[in-house]
Amino acid sequence: MTAHSNYRELFEAATHGVAKDWLPSLKIAAIEQFEAIGFPTTRDEDWHFTSVTPIAERIFRPVRSSGTSLTSDDVARFTYGQEAWHLLVFVNGRYEPSLSSFAELDAEAQVMTFSEALKEAPELLAERLGTLAPSTQAFTALNTAFMADGVVIRVPKDVVIETPIHILHLTDAHANGASLHPRTLMIAERGARMVLVETFATVGGGAYFTNHVAEVVVGAQARVDHYKVQREGGEAFHVGTTQATQERDSIYHAFSFATGAQLSRTNVYSRLLGENAEVRLNGLYALEEAQHGDHQTYVEHIAPACSSREVYKGILDGTSHGVFNGKVFVHPEAQQTDGKQTNKALLLSEGARVDTKPQLEIFADDVKCTHGATVGRLDEMAQFYMKSRGIGADRTRALLTYAFAAEVLELIELEPLKAALEGLLFERFIPPETA
Amino acid sequence: MLTITNLTANAGGKPILKGISLTVNAGEVHAIMGPNGSGKSTLAQVIAGHPGYEVTGGSVTYEGQDLLELEAEVRAQQGIFLAFQYPVEIPGVSNAYFLRAAYNEVRKAHGEDEVDPLEFLDIMAKKLKVVEMDEAMLQRSVNAGFSGGEKKRNEILQMAVLEPKLAVLDETDSGLDIDALRIVAEGVNKLKRPDNATIVVTHYQRLLNYIVPDFVHVLAQGRIVRSGGKELALELEERGYDWLLEPAGASA
Repeated sequence: MTAHSNYRELFEAATHGVAKDWLPSLKIAAIEQFEAIGFPTTRDEDWHFTSVTPIAERIFRPVRSSGTSLTSDDVARFTYGQEAWHLLVFVNGRYEPSLSSFAELDAEAQVMTFSEALKEAPELLAERLGTLAPSTQAFTALNTAFMADGVVIRVPKDVVIETPIHILHLTDAHANGASLHPRTLMIAERGARMVLVETFATVGGGAYFTNHVAEVVVGAQARVDHYKVQREGGEAFHVGTTQATQERDSIYHAFSFATGAQLSRTNVYSRLLGENAEVRLNGLYALEEAQHGDHQTYVEHIAPACSSREVYKGILDGTSHGVFNGKVFVHPEAQQTDGKQTNKALLLSEGARVDTKPQLEIFADDVKCTHGATVGRLDEMAQFYMKSRGIGADRTRALLTYAFAAEVLELIELEPLKAALEGLLFERFIPPETA
Repeated sequence: MLTITNLTANAGGKPILKGISLTVNAGEVHAIMGPNGSGKSTLAQVIAGHPGYEVTGGSVTYEGQDLLELEAEVRAQQGIFLAFQYPVEIPGVSNAYFLRAAYNEVRKAHGEDEVDPLEFLDIMAKKLKVVEMDEAMLQRSVNAGFSGGEKKRNEILQMAVLEPKLAVLDETDSGLDIDALRIVAEGVNKLKRPDNATIVVTHYQRLLNYIVPDFVHVLAQGRIVRSGGKELALELEERGYDWLLEPAGASA
């Protein structure tokens, strides 16, 4: 019952000696808040279909060892063949300069690890960190209390960073039994543009727990494309929260691709603060065996004339369990809100299950908000069509499953990533042709 | 090639085909005509192996085999092809991949080697000409966002690739303008050989100006009520179907 109180001890041990440098007041407030609220239970409305007991009942400790046996060949498996991208590699939560490749950025754009940011831009961290993602959510509080490293990106006014920035979070065998609390802070100032890819993957990491938080500030007329690829190991746990705020005329596109972890929860939230802002939250998840994958989106229309577009798709096999909860909240001032949400799940087996809950709360009268949720099996007519061309039952199922998924990948504008994810799905669903 | 004897079939528990007998030999073109709801499309789908229909009686023999015992994909591999009335859209699967997968399945069934994507492109270059289609459409998803005419041309393209022994065209003329109709019909004619056969299912005589049938059968209320030569189609064009139907109330 007091599982979470162990984290106070861990906190005392982890912050001993470094608390001075590390925004101590923020961290101490966070652990206190976590102690007060504890892990969510299925009695909490937001966690009704997802029990985090498997995370709460074990003690994941911060990684002790430093150094890694991972090589650039290991890293290359997760870089989508893009050597030109800016690459920051974290292994077991620690930045690995030897595995990273980072070209100089144009203009005064800044990309820093937290330790660099503490030296170079401490005021930026102090001012911004924790403002978008408050510690009122248990996992965010844990992250804030335990975050050891992360990335801070600041793109100044009207600066466009053409080359995508890829933050690759890898784990190796040292991560077994450990918790990782990586953090991302991204600030796109007025008119700035950038593309960020965050990948979570493992090379033999075992049963570890990633608890990630990203805060994204999208300034007026700025555009941020934010891709998250979650391919954690099969024994791993993953909780990730992305919280964005958007000023007027901004565009924020967040795409979530998730196939990993035995238990995962992915939150993507955006608050539309300025008029005419546009948010697109898209995602694809594929689960098998006994995996549990939960996605929650929350769009808060605060200013008028903003639009939100959401397409999420899930493919569930084995005895897997998917959860999708898409919330849209329209404030009374947010007239001319244009919101559209689509959520589709494909069940491939009798044992698979999905719980889907669109949730619209609208307090303005001049709005256009629609949502549609479907849960189904493979289309009978499409199956017959393919079979009538000589394609066998297994291959027909495989192709149609791939097709279901590929449709949402079309929404990815970063072509090399789209191609790579299509490749992953193709390998997963389509059996090799017999020679 | 195909012998249908006293075939009866249900859809959703309701009898649709009520005793169809039909023999199709190599080299022949048969037209099956009839009013809406007469069972024309059901017959076409039963031949192709649609699982939504329950065959309740009779037999279908194709090249000496019991056709009804074969799965739809096996029928296709053995040379049966159905051009769909409503071709299915499959977003996410490219036409090129789909066509090559189908082509290779048929080759495999005949003990032939599969072709790789490059070889297949060469083959496709010729096939595309049959239906006057552009190579660009190979990269598009199967039928997704295609116009009505493009969908029907795509059906005939698939037919050109698979080179069936028995092609069944289900209302291939519906929704086509005259140019598309001509292209589709010419495509079918180009694919005609002495050793294959075609069944054209249609409501209107129009298509039969281009694909000239050897035999015309009128299907009404699940039965073939009249068979004749190509002149029967012209007579139907002139007189409609009513004169062939049972008097109202007779079947109730």
